[in-house]
Amino acid sequence: MEPQPTPTPGTPATTAIETVFRLESPRLIAAVTRIVRDVGIAEELAQDALVAALERWPREGVPDNPGAWLTAVARHRAVDLVRRRENYARKLQEIGRSLETTALPQEPPDPGDIDDDLLRLVFTACHPVLSAEARTALTLRLLGGLTTAEIARAFLTPEPTIAQRIVRAKRTLATRNVAFEVPYGPDREARLGSVLDVIYLIFNEGYAATAGDDWLRPGLCEDALRLARLLSGLMPTEPEVHGLTSLLEFQASRTAARTGPNGEPVLLKDQNRRRWNRMLIARGITALARADATFPKLSASSPSSRLRSDRGDPHEQGGPPSGAPGPYTLQAAIAACHALAYTYEETDWRRIATLYGLLATQTPSPVVELNRAVAVSMADGPAPALDIVDTLAAEPALRDYHLLPSVRGDLLQRLGRTEEARTEFERAASLARNERERGLLLARAEECRLPVGPPDSPHS
Amino acid sequence: MPRYLSLVKIDEKTAPAEGPSPELMQRMGELIEEITKAGVMLDTAGLTPTAQGTRVHWEGGKISVTDGPFTESKEVVGGYAIMQCKDKAEAIEWTKRFLKTHEEFWTVTCEVREIAEG
Repeated sequence: MEPQPTPTPGTPATTAIETVFRLESPRLIAAVTRIVRDVGIAEELAQDALVAALERWPREGVPDNPGAWLTAVARHRAVDLVRRRENYARKLQEIGRSLETTALPQEPPDPGDIDDDLLRLVFTACHPVLSAEARTALTLRLLGGLTTAEIARAFLTPEPTIAQRIVRAKRTLATRNVAFEVPYGPDREARLGSVLDVIYLIFNEGYAATAGDDWLRPGLCEDALRLARLLSGLMPTEPEVHGLTSLLEFQASRTAARTGPNGEPVLLKDQNRRRWNRMLIARGITALARADATFPKLSASSPSSRLRSDRGDPHEQGGPPSGAPGPYTLQAAIAACHALAYTYEETDWRRIATLYGLLATQTPSPVVELNRAVAVSMADGPAPALDIVDTLAAEPALRDYHLLPSVRGDLLQRLGRTEEARTEFERAASLARNERERGLLLARAEECRLPVGPPDSPHS
Repeated sequence: MPRYLSLVKIDEKTAPAEGPSPELMQRMGELIEEITKAGVMLDTAGLTPTAQGTRVHWEGGKISVTDGPFTESKEVVGGYAIMQCKDKAEAIEWTKRFLKTHEEFWTVTCEVREIAEG
């Protein structure tokens, strides 16, 4: 690599160039990776192009199409590098033996090709040969345009750890000869699943952030949302991509309402729904409609009926049929029910219960069952919900999960079984992970000592 | 990541009466597609001329209603874009690209404002 010049950081010109570079860098790295077949080298070449811009733009002015300028410089260097490698290989092999040369791409690149390259980059960064941590770091670095320092701050991890992780990930991709491609074989679904999971993981990391955290942490939500929207544009015919985008739009729409004035978490039930972001809700609905419209059609039934609750028992179809909505789309459909309700009580709980039932057939989990029980309790009253919760009592996965006794306590209290309810709330309090929650649960246990009112009627 | 509202202000007197050229619409369409695909553009639209607009004014405890066109205003809002960007520098960069799709005879001002969150 060439010696680094020392541009003046922080000047308006430098800021503008760095902004342009950040916008262009994912596509730049993608286009160059296609030539050199190594994301690590591609990233270095992209950096070289930035250095060239920092040297020349302040003198010569910013070119009309800065992205094309950067790409041309980086591609030029990439082609040079490939030629040098070929010459080297040729010298090694002696003259006379024909060498299969890498076909050098034609210029200028077609915008469609750049999209393809970008998609290949997404699949490469999220490749299953990498650990989940490596995938998230590499994705944020190569596609989210975050610096190593920013990723480290966002994940509360020391910067050298993240730097190491990224270096190792790039090396693994190179040594394992991971192809720079979008998979189309039988592993396509699993590979796409890995991409979606990485984006969801990034989002949740941000969602878990609390008020006192560095703003970069909650910022991960928007980074993930941006990646999801990008992927929706690149893979418009994949329903689960739209499903994930929709889910994240809905979750993000509640950001302002989910913490109180002192940073305390506010439960969905207690959120001020006027603070939900209507534009993000509208975007969530649009993305969900896209997910629904892109499902492979099983029958002549109207596509919009696919996610309706009157669809019948999913179990009779014998496992998830190929055209059934995937887990992200189902979770988005559940989020939509909340988004469309003006109050917690007015929510279409019966539909949510059905959607949780569908979700359980695809990704069986006691937590999903517990959520279904809550929905059933709102739709049909506490008694049938308690039956579901009681089947979960022996679940090892929920043994230390405070929400199980908390939900059970709530159902028992609504049934007028206050003595049992109190025991459950006390147990939930002993398992709660933070003081605020513990205080809330102990208060509910205390409530159960008060004289008993009439039991909760099913549709109150 | 903050959201920015870009208010696109034009001078209706100098803007071409027949509206934007097909070439401009083409360039603008491509750029908007690019910004949308990048996950940045949340919403954008152009507005019909102020001749079809109405100003509803509150002053001194009284409402007054004035139909367009608003000939006394040099600049009127002709469109808007809502973008979610890493920072203001990014919002400005996209805005510059938007302005560059216009022919030289246009006079357009984009007022980029951060949306107050929460």
